[in-house]
Amino acid sequence: MKKIFAALCCLGLSAGLLPFSALAAQPTINVYNWGQYISDGSDGCIDVNAEFTARTGIKVNYMTYDSNESLYTKLKTGGSTYDIIIPSDYMIARLISEGMLEKLDFDKIPNYKYVDDAYKNTAYDPDNAYSVPYTWGTVGVIYNSRYVDEADIGSWDLLWNSKYSGKILMFDNPRDSFAIAEEYLGLGVNTENTDDLRAAAYKLIEQKPLVQSYVMDQIYDKMERGEAWIAPYYAGDYLQMAEVNPDLKFYLPSEGFNLFIDAVCIPKGCQNKEAAEAYINFLCDPEISGQNLDYLGYSTPISEAKQYMSPETAESEIAYPSKEVLARGASYINLSSATSQEMDSLWLQVKTQGGVDNYAIWCMAVLAAGMAVYFLVRGVKRKRRIANRCQKWKDGT
Amino acid sequence: MKTFNKVFTVVVLLFLYVPMIVLGAASLNAGTDPAVWKGLTLFNYGELFRDGVLLPLLLNSVIVAVISSMLATILGTMASLGIHAMGPRMKRTVMGVTNIPLTNPEIVTGVSMALLFAFIGTLLKISNVLGFVTLLIAHITFNLPYVILSVTPKLSQMDPDLREAALDLGCTSGQAFFKVVIHEIMPGIISGALMSFTMSLDDFVISYFVYGPNFVTLPVEIYNYTKKPLQPKIYALFTLMFLVILLMMVLMNLLEARDDRRQSLARRALAGRRERAAE
Repeated sequence: MKKIFAALCCLGLSAGLLPFSALAAQPTINVYNWGQYISDGSDGCIDVNAEFTARTGIKVNYMTYDSNESLYTKLKTGGSTYDIIIPSDYMIARLISEGMLEKLDFDKIPNYKYVDDAYKNTAYDPDNAYSVPYTWGTVGVIYNSRYVDEADIGSWDLLWNSKYSGKILMFDNPRDSFAIAEEYLGLGVNTENTDDLRAAAYKLIEQKPLVQSYVMDQIYDKMERGEAWIAPYYAGDYLQMAEVNPDLKFYLPSEGFNLFIDAVCIPKGCQNKEAAEAYINFLCDPEISGQNLDYLGYSTPISEAKQYMSPETAESEIAYPSKEVLARGASYINLSSATSQEMDSLWLQVKTQGGVDNYAIWCMAVLAAGMAVYFLVRGVKRKRRIANRCQKWKDGT
Repeated sequence: MKTFNKVFTVVVLLFLYVPMIVLGAASLNAGTDPAVWKGLTLFNYGELFRDGVLLPLLLNSVIVAVISSMLATILGTMASLGIHAMGPRMKRTVMGVTNIPLTNPEIVTGVSMALLFAFIGTLLKISNVLGFVTLLIAHITFNLPYVILSVTPKLSQMDPDLREAALDLGCTSGQAFFKVVIHEIMPGIISGALMSFTMSLDDFVISYFVYGPNFVTLPVEIYNYTKKPLQPKIYALFTLMFLVILLMMVLMNLLEARDDRRQSLARRALAGRRERAAE
């Protein structure tokens, strides 16, 4: 026993020393990005962070988040500082309005000149002071051409088509789902009008019986396997799905669609602004951007980068639609907190409206209550029986 | 009734282990889709061991689990000794207090710890307070009750005369602890250590709130994998983790069984000696 304990101690000590040996005087930046949102050297692609360290000698502490909202919470909670974050458009607007971002020094980011003009002076950062675009993309409809009639496509209408009842998937987050209903009704994706939000919610409730499930990344499995035939999703993800199942097709609805940009920013409290700007500059290098986004499948805001991508991606109509098509796109801006709350509560109503879930929950509750009552009654009866027996025994019978 | 019992046992076991079996099967599947069987392969395991991202994270998880379970074991054993020496009413109160973190929702523990660390960070003017140390402290905190719960019963089972005999024979109380008491409670200490190791290895909720940019554990990173579908090598990784934990649990049970057997032998020997002495 003593030996085992000693061995465990030694193991623990040696393991404990490992992380500290890596600490050196090297300059370091903390990068906080979406999970799986950078080329990390798998499948023979470029390892962006390692390449950056090799070129500049700056070490990268890389951390990930799963949504704009969890990034926001982590920044607000405090306790850790970041030098680089990559939020989406509407979150950048929110961070700017709350004074949580540092202004960038563009003299330190010479590669900014490669970024196309179409991605400058955006709605979320009108003065180009806080952000440098990282990727962009569109939300459109993915459908399985084997089952879906070509005559039905072209509009958001397909998601409300009762012919495909039970084969339709929908976003499992309020912002994207409401945007679809709002586009379909012609209300615009940034409306703050309560009646408009209500109308969109009714539209979503109307759609609910047709929807197979509300999902995010399970869309991959369900669409690739043909379990579902129609789903709204991001163009970059569609390109990956189409590689597995060539029957899958994609279109951008005629009513309009969401155009999103994820951009690199430096949050307040940054410890090493110069190194962070060097990192942004590095990401804007056309060669790096091309190789990085070739792996990610999203679109690059740097035209020069396309020559470093595989030709199929660079020439894809879906990743890079024509200017006329892009003109129909609309980006999200930050909604006021009252509107976001209104939207969240309406979304909860949509999700809990009727449906199997509620029914199943009631059944379970009734069953559980029944069992509780049964055991209670049995317990009481048994106690009474024992009490009777004791009484009889005391009476001497 | 007997057949019903058997069937019910099988159903419960299936309910518990089918997810693991499916995971294991998916990790051995040649295709990427877990619902379509495309033949047996160890390819995913090979991919896993060639991976440059997941393995360092796994190492991080193991480092935190080992160090936190060791420290929690030492602290927890000390706490158990103290609790054992208390009067019955005090003992009950303290045990209740130490058990609260067990039933407390993890998310509450996580958020409050994150707030505490951020608060201390602002007090001490450290902007990057979250990191390895905070993660370690949080893990030790939620591991402690498990150690206390498994060591305290061993202390009450122990024959108090043993320690007194050691003191009579000239041990200092420190020597009495290290030469006598620790051997009696060792099974409890080991099972507490193993339990806290497994709890710490797979903890997500608390870690999620207290991890910092320079030290990330595996479960936290996997949770953020939302931009692309899960790769099959992750199934392989989880299968291996499950097997390691299973192995540790089996080991723990074997140790306990051995200990029980040894104790009953010792008791029988003692009884025999008393009889002979009586003759």
